[in-house]
Amino acid sequence: MNWTGFDTWIVIIGALCAAACALPGCFLVLRKMSMMGDAISHAVLPGLAIAFLVTGARASVAMFIGAAIAGVLTALFTQWITRFGNVDRGAAMGIVFTTLFAIGLLLIRQAADHVDLDPGCVLYGALELTPLDTVTLGGIAIPRAALVNGIVLLLNLGIIGLLYKELKLTSFDPDLADTLGYSSQFLHYLLMTMVAVTTVAAFESVGSIIVIAMLIVPPATALLLTHDLLKMLLISVAAAVLAAVCGHIGALIVPGWFGFESTTTSGMIALASGLIFALAWLFGPHEGIVTKWRREAAIVPEPAPITNNSTT
Amino acid sequence: MHSESLNTQSTFPARQTGTRPEHPPGIPLAIHDLTVAYHRKPVLWDIELNIPEGKLVGVVGPNGAGKSTLLKACLDLVPLTSGWAHIYGKPYRKNRHRVAYVPQRESVDWDFPVNALDVVAMGSYRRLGWFRRVSKAETERAMDALDQVGIGHLALRQISQLSGGQQQRVFLARALMQDADLYLMDEPFAAVDAATEEAIVDLLRKLSERGKTCLVVHHDLATVTTYFDWLVLINMRVVADGPATETFTRENLQKTYGGKLSLLEKAAEALRSTPH
Repeated sequence: MNWTGFDTWIVIIGALCAAACALPGCFLVLRKMSMMGDAISHAVLPGLAIAFLVTGARASVAMFIGAAIAGVLTALFTQWITRFGNVDRGAAMGIVFTTLFAIGLLLIRQAADHVDLDPGCVLYGALELTPLDTVTLGGIAIPRAALVNGIVLLLNLGIIGLLYKELKLTSFDPDLADTLGYSSQFLHYLLMTMVAVTTVAAFESVGSIIVIAMLIVPPATALLLTHDLLKMLLISVAAAVLAAVCGHIGALIVPGWFGFESTTTSGMIALASGLIFALAWLFGPHEGIVTKWRREAAIVPEPAPITNNSTT
Repeated sequence: MHSESLNTQSTFPARQTGTRPEHPPGIPLAIHDLTVAYHRKPVLWDIELNIPEGKLVGVVGPNGAGKSTLLKACLDLVPLTSGWAHIYGKPYRKNRHRVAYVPQRESVDWDFPVNALDVVAMGSYRRLGWFRRVSKAETERAMDALDQVGIGHLALRQISQLSGGQQQRVFLARALMQDADLYLMDEPFAAVDAATEEAIVDLLRKLSERGKTCLVVHHDLATVTTYFDWLVLINMRVVADGPATETFTRENLQKTYGGKLSLLEKAAEALRSTPH
């Protein structure tokens, strides 16, 4: 394995990206709206495309605003269709995000065909190429993706730090939140905006599909390991960073075992997340399958002569 | 066709002419001409209620009678088609601090990663306001509230590790934290153990002695007259309301539960077992 400064940046960007996603992802998982992350990550596309067509610049502030608006609209349309169309939430989400995604694709295809906003890149990202695009900050050249994802991570940290109590309340019991004067609607749309902005930042690096793994898998892993919301947030960030590191190393090493060139890092990060989840699921301290099994095995020495199925 | 019948009825002239009794301004809960509809289907119809201060009020009626919706309507949680509900003479949003709500236990996810003390502390959030953290004093109050419902020793336990009765007590402790004058409780007695039922009754009595008013959605007809001193019988409309012993009659129950025979038999049994 030939590790360069390039690889270090890839890991840093992947880790920033994954950590930024994991924070709002925790609340998506707890509110049982994981698939809203999927919906929003796809539905931001027309927002991006329109902002790009208007400003002509990639990764501008306008693109974040466009994406945030598209994200909020997704949540809003989903709610309307659920309420007035009498369809269930999942179906409403399916209608809204596929339509918006299709509009986004058409816009990119038709109007922006001659520029480097590539649908393939939108879907899969290009984490390996992100360190090439740098900006100078205080005399040091750092990749733009690192800067963007870093800022989004700080923003998410700031919002959750400031509104921790409010997000906890409204995720647990939105009716109580409303009766106490904390608008659950407002906090819902705030979270949706966070998800939209975070996805857009992560877009370019990991694409709109892998980003779902980053939103959902580390929080789901953390939920298996703790019964405390604060610890869940911390563990999910740790799992996200671990997945980024293991993912890139895996992308460099594993294909070599089979005589191939290195493979896509973003895919490997998602795979690493999945493996970490599996480990937590098997060996988690409370709910782990193996842990439970061993706990039960440890109880057997008690006088229990009847049930002994496991020995056969 | 459905909407037509709705329209003709809601413009029925007698409603706007002010022939109804005046509502005393300071009573805990005054409801006038309240109608709630989901998807154009009325759930509550022309509710007219005055709940006197310091009473333990049972809200009784069959499934789907709109009992939970009545509480939610008082709390601005569902849109009203017409009418109003006033808390101590003012709309809910102006008198939030005087009301505490105990929702049905199943309305939240008990696997949520918080402990009992966290949930009880949520009762202090209105006092705290945006951005402010739970202070040490509020944490102590939350501990007190847990002690009052008899589960102080479970404060740090994750809520999924609590029994149904203990979870219900957590909700009651949270309502106590709100330090309100009017308590709206949605089926606090549903599926709880005998010890919890007793603890809840105790708590209700104590609240009532302190002049607090409790509106409790209740299912068990056999205990209605022992637990409550005021009764609201409801089935989309208010069938009867008043002092529990006067209101809990065979005729009123028949009107409330309609042709549901098995329920009627239960009601008759309940009537026989209560001193009249």
